[in-house]
Amino acid sequence: MGVLEVKDLTMDFGGLRAVDHVSLEVNDGEIVALIGPNGAGKTTFFNCVTGVYNPTEGQVQITAPGKASEEIQGTQPHKVTEKGLARTFQNIRLFQNMTVLENVMIGRHSRLKSGIAGAVFRGKKTRAEEQQVLFDSYEILKKIGLTRWVNEQAKNLPYGEQRRLEIARALATEPFLLLLDEPAAGMNPQETHSLVDLILRLREMEKISVLLIEHDMSLVMSLSEKIYVMDYGKQIAVGTPAEVKKDPIVIKAYLGEDIDA
Amino acid sequence: MLKEKLKKSLFVALWFAVLTFPIMVIRVNTIEKTVVWRWGNLFMVLIGSYVISFIWNYAIERRERGEKTSIAFIENIKLKTRTISQNVKIRKGGLAALLLIVVLFPFLTSFYQMSIMNTALMYVMLGLGLNIVIGLGGILHLGYIAFFLVGSYSYALLNQHFGLNFWLALPIGGLLACILGILIAVPVLRLRGDYLAIVTLAFGEITRIVAENWSSLTGGPSGIRSIPRPKLPGIDLSLIDTAKLVYFIMVVLAALTIFITLRLKDSRIGRALIAMREDEIACRSMGINTTKMKVIAFALGSVFAGVAGVVFAANTTFINPASFTIWESIIVLCIVVLGGMGSIPGVVFAALVLKLLPEYLRAFTDYRMLVFGAVLIVMMIFKPGGLIPEKMKHYSFTDADAAAMKEEDE
Ligand SMILES: Nc1ncnc2c1ncn2[C@@H]1O[C@H](COP(=O)(O)OP(=O)(O)OP(=O)(O)O)[C@@H](O)[C@H]1O
Ligand SMILES: [Mg+2]
Repeated sequence: MGVLEVKDLTMDFGGLRAVDHVSLEVNDGEIVALIGPNGAGKTTFFNCVTGVYNPTEGQVQITAPGKASEEIQGTQPHKVTEKGLARTFQNIRLFQNMTVLENVMIGRHSRLKSGIAGAVFRGKKTRAEEQQVLFDSYEILKKIGLTRWVNEQAKNLPYGEQRRLEIARALATEPFLLLLDEPAAGMNPQETHSLVDLILRLREMEKISVLLIEHDMSLVMSLSEKIYVMDYGKQIAVGTPAEVKKDPIVIKAYLGEDIDA
Repeated sequence: MLKEKLKKSLFVALWFAVLTFPIMVIRVNTIEKTVVWRWGNLFMVLIGSYVISFIWNYAIERRERGEKTSIAFIENIKLKTRTISQNVKIRKGGLAALLLIVVLFPFLTSFYQMSIMNTALMYVMLGLGLNIVIGLGGILHLGYIAFFLVGSYSYALLNQHFGLNFWLALPIGGLLACILGILIAVPVLRLRGDYLAIVTLAFGEITRIVAENWSSLTGGPSGIRSIPRPKLPGIDLSLIDTAKLVYFIMVVLAALTIFITLRLKDSRIGRALIAMREDEIACRSMGINTTKMKVIAFALGSVFAGVAGVVFAANTTFINPASFTIWESIIVLCIVVLGGMGSIPGVVFAALVLKLLPEYLRAFTDYRMLVFGAVLIVMMIFKPGGLIPEKMKHYSFTDADAAAMKEEDE
């Protein structure tokens, strides 16, 4: 049973069909990659799954561990996050002026309860909750290796660290499926290498599945168990890294681009 | 390099001289039918604009190079004030002194100064209320004064028709403003940026126009008069004592507002509001219901304006729609922007400065708007964070601390 099962997902923008009947499945504990040339519709696919867009057609079904399956297409993004899907953004979307710690604390929001009265009167319960969120957020930063930036404003972080902070923030929402949109974009080889380590470690320790979009083929090949390939909104191939690498259709779509790297 | 800059400034000065020539140099005396040529003024404009343009260029260039003002003397003062302000004893002493000044103020000053201070304190409340909406939530709201109006009118009308007393009106005015806040939040939820600004602006004006035209209820443009001042049960207060009473009411309310907004900012809700200001899309994807947050921001922000409105009506004893024009909304907006979006000390400071300074600088009344505009522009270029920029809370963490926290939990 897959944690995420997408069937015939279609998304139209006016006359443009950005995603055209794409089906995809992520099994529990799997790392799955979604690749394709620029403008293939990968980010749009993510946006449909996470509720940013309401897909024109198709189903998005999730099965949280220990829970019944449910269809979530058209659900609001914050509800999708509550259900256990968390994402990062291709064009980094951190809360720039907030500190690194606060960015992660925001991720905890949907798992906390205190409201306005709690904020003003700051009773015992609220204080305990605030203490807990500080502790939990700090633990997450430790896991991702960002503790030395705790009180730094997010915008002051080096690019690679910003991408890692996005992952930390997503992790704070307690997801069972993590969707990463080009997590290695703009990273140097060293940073990419430690990102691969991080993703593998997270899967082991947090028992989460990962769906990632990536242009860095060496990362995709070394990390993923299954690869889906999109081109012009359509799904053109699916298989293991070895299969996809040899697929003539994929090679044609990437014509001129080196996917052996 | 320097030569180029001098040349550029000269060009600016000449251009300015030409531009202002008709008003600064030529004066036509229509009675004697003569023209007076004031060449001295031309000279002044040239020199003045030359110097200003040179300084301006210099400052812009420095800013672009990312240099901070590093005059040793100023840095020294900054450092000293920081070390002093961190000293607990001095902090406590300072706070006690401030408290003493606040308490003694009405006994040491004139009636006139007290009433200026009363207005300024109302604007502290308004500024802090709008700060929740704009400063924290990032929702550009240009009709904020409407809630102030609702507070004022609800006391005036409820008193007129049902004899409601001032003390009861305080919470009721706040509540009514809050309800209106929620009502107007609903239609603007989907709007963003310019559209939001236009709709909120229109909302502010509509509220005022309704008050102006619904004569049977609100008394129309002539407003409502002889609204009772706040009273203490069983005591007859003179006019000046009432002003003192209003002063203390405002001090308590302003302090309460500061307290509530500080607590709010440093809480789960406050953090979510700030995140919404920073990036709404990311905020939604982090599990925050932004629709709910916007309603909360509007509802909370309006309460303070409503309560301040009740005091306003009681203090002036006369209200009419002319006191609640778009201009007032803009002033409150300026307070928030000038003080520093999201910065509570900044907003308090800016409210006091913006409402007190003009009263003491009567000489400048004619140029008030001009100076105001110029200051805002200069601020936005050189200090976009405001007078006292918002500071994010810093937490001290070492791994040992974190471990200790864990033990505490267990
Ligand atoms: N909100 C939108 N409105 C209209 N068209 C859109 C919108 N979002 C995406 N598109 C279009 O949909 C197509 C797919 O875009 P998408 O961003 O999903 O591609 P991608 O595979 O993520 O590309 P990249 O690798 O460059 O990130 C593009 O042609 C794009 O212009
Ligand atoms: Mg993309």
